[in-house]
Amino acid sequence: MKTWIAVWNILKKDMRTYYLKPPNLSWGIIFPLAWTSMFFIKSGSGFGDIRAILPGVVALSILFGTTSMLAVTVTFEKKGRSFERLLLAPLPLEALMLAKTAGAIVMGVANAFVPMLMAAFFVDLSSVIWWQIAAAVALIAVSSTFLGLFIAVSVREVFEAQTFSNFFRFPMVFLCGLFFPIANLPVFLRPLSYALPLTYGADVLHGSVNGTAQRPVSLNLVLLAGFCVVLFLISLRNVRKKWIT
Amino acid sequence: MPSTSEPRSHAEAAVEVRGLAKRFGEVEAVAGIDFEVGEGEFFGFLGPNGAGKTTTINMLTGLARPDQGVIRIAGIDCSRNPKAAQHLMGVVPDESNLWPELDGFENLCFCGALYGMARRSREKRARELLETVGLADAARRRFGGYSKGMKRRLTIAAGIIHLPRILFLDEPTTGIDVASARHIRRVIADLNAGGTTIFLTTHYIEEAERLCGRIAFIVEGRLVRVDSLANLVRDVQDRRVVQLALGRDPAEMLGPLRQTFPGIEFEPVTGDALRAHTAHTLPLAPLIRFFEERGVDVTEANVIRPSLEEVFVCITGVALDRMRKEKEQSKRDGGVT
Ligand SMILES: Nc1ncnc2c1ncn2[C@@H]1O[C@H](COP(=O)(O)OP(=O)(O)OP(=O)(O)O)[C@@H](O)[C@H]1O
Ligand SMILES: [Mg+2]
Repeated sequence: MKTWIAVWNILKKDMRTYYLKPPNLSWGIIFPLAWTSMFFIKSGSGFGDIRAILPGVVALSILFGTTSMLAVTVTFEKKGRSFERLLLAPLPLEALMLAKTAGAIVMGVANAFVPMLMAAFFVDLSSVIWWQIAAAVALIAVSSTFLGLFIAVSVREVFEAQTFSNFFRFPMVFLCGLFFPIANLPVFLRPLSYALPLTYGADVLHGSVNGTAQRPVSLNLVLLAGFCVVLFLISLRNVRKKWIT
Repeated sequence: MPSTSEPRSHAEAAVEVRGLAKRFGEVEAVAGIDFEVGEGEFFGFLGPNGAGKTTTINMLTGLARPDQGVIRIAGIDCSRNPKAAQHLMGVVPDESNLWPELDGFENLCFCGALYGMARRSREKRARELLETVGLADAARRRFGGYSKGMKRRLTIAAGIIHLPRILFLDEPTTGIDVASARHIRRVIADLNAGGTTIFLTTHYIEEAERLCGRIAFIVEGRLVRVDSLANLVRDVQDRRVVQLALGRDPAEMLGPLRQTFPGIEFEPVTGDALRAHTAHTLPLAPLIRFFEERGVDVTEANVIRPSLEEVFVCITGVALDRMRKEKEQSKRDGGVT
């Protein structure tokens, strides 16, 4: 009960002071908008292509919406030392980490709905399999938030967190089969693709929107969930090692 | 039913530390210290900069992991699990580190929530504490816009919102004005009177003298003395300290002075003055004659009541000297073999 009071209030405070701030909110809308327009202009083929690029835009919106958040909620508070108060609270570290990441996960899921809603205005989405999209969106949000956590634990400065997360994010745009199939990649890059969680999330999204999945949905989801658990455990270990010095 | 297997001494000590050690690379921040703080005690932890005070507090409160040693808080062994006793502790860190974007009231309520306090009780307590620390008018202003003293006062309120049994204060009054400092001291003294165990580090000796029942001195990571205030002051009560106001800087006269009066320690103080300490009677007339012979006017001579400050300078000074010598000795020995 006491733990829940703490967790809920940490989440509420982060939502209010970081996530729901106007710059952050508008970023969550502008970003998917920019991605979508960019791919429209590039393909030049109009609305017909929306379905083809929708999975990629959804995945990118989540990825960019979550990973940089932890740089703010964790690295920033580490630097201002208010984070020490969280470590001093009688709250299991697991609960603390979940509280600090829950907000980013919620924001990631919310970001995914922006391109979905936009697409719904232009094309008929009645044939998509919604439960698969929901599962994929949730797991992509969790895994990329934990990737952000992993980065936030490894750095000291906010700008380092941002630089470091771009180091992960931009290659992922090309390596995870978001906009063109992994089969088109050079052979030596393919193993890298299979080591990235987003690959499996993107595959579920492609399957549910266009029916073009490479692997069974259940396999994708299980692998994605596995990535989430492993990333969380690694981060937890790092937190114990690096923050309680 | 109360457990009888627990030795009484453990049940009674609020803090018990055995062989606690921590190093940062080359630096031995805390080098194996032992002490106990009784339940309800007001314990002072004094030492020069870099002595290891903050490192010790961090280990006791679970922010730092000891390399060695045992920590027991209210009988709970925290050496393995630093979180085991955090619900009993309040911490006022050396820096005012609340959330700059929250206002005073929100900060206190949030801190209460971190300790699992229900909404009503934390809001009630936050309002009371804002009154107590004199920030009721600033309750709705952002913490980031507070002055240094206001930040410090709110940080202290945040440390006690959950009514901790043991309160750790790391230099609570550093960098704030006299009135605020006095106010803070009163708040802390009241807490202690109400039964809260206090662990205080400070660089203000009078503060320690006014508040603490027992004091530990730490120098370069080692405890050099742990004793009651009464015993510490008794040590220096027989000492005579006289401050002489001179017309000019006494620096160049120190050498001849020490030669002429071997039983007296001389220490220059600001404003062209000099302090003379001794454990015996002070030969005032010969001293003044010494200066007259050199054409220096002694415009004033004040007898100073020996205080904890003398104890501090004496204890830490002697300890530092001894440690330096030991270090040099061991270096020399190391060089030979
Ligand atoms: N995180 C750290 N990394 C490296 N060295 C450290 C770290 N923390 C403390 N130290 C070193 O350990 C020693 C003790 O530091 P500590 O902060 O405990 O001193 P202190 O007694 O609190 O001093 P002050 O009165 O200045 O606050 C110092 O030499 C300091 O440089
Ligand atoms: Mg300190």
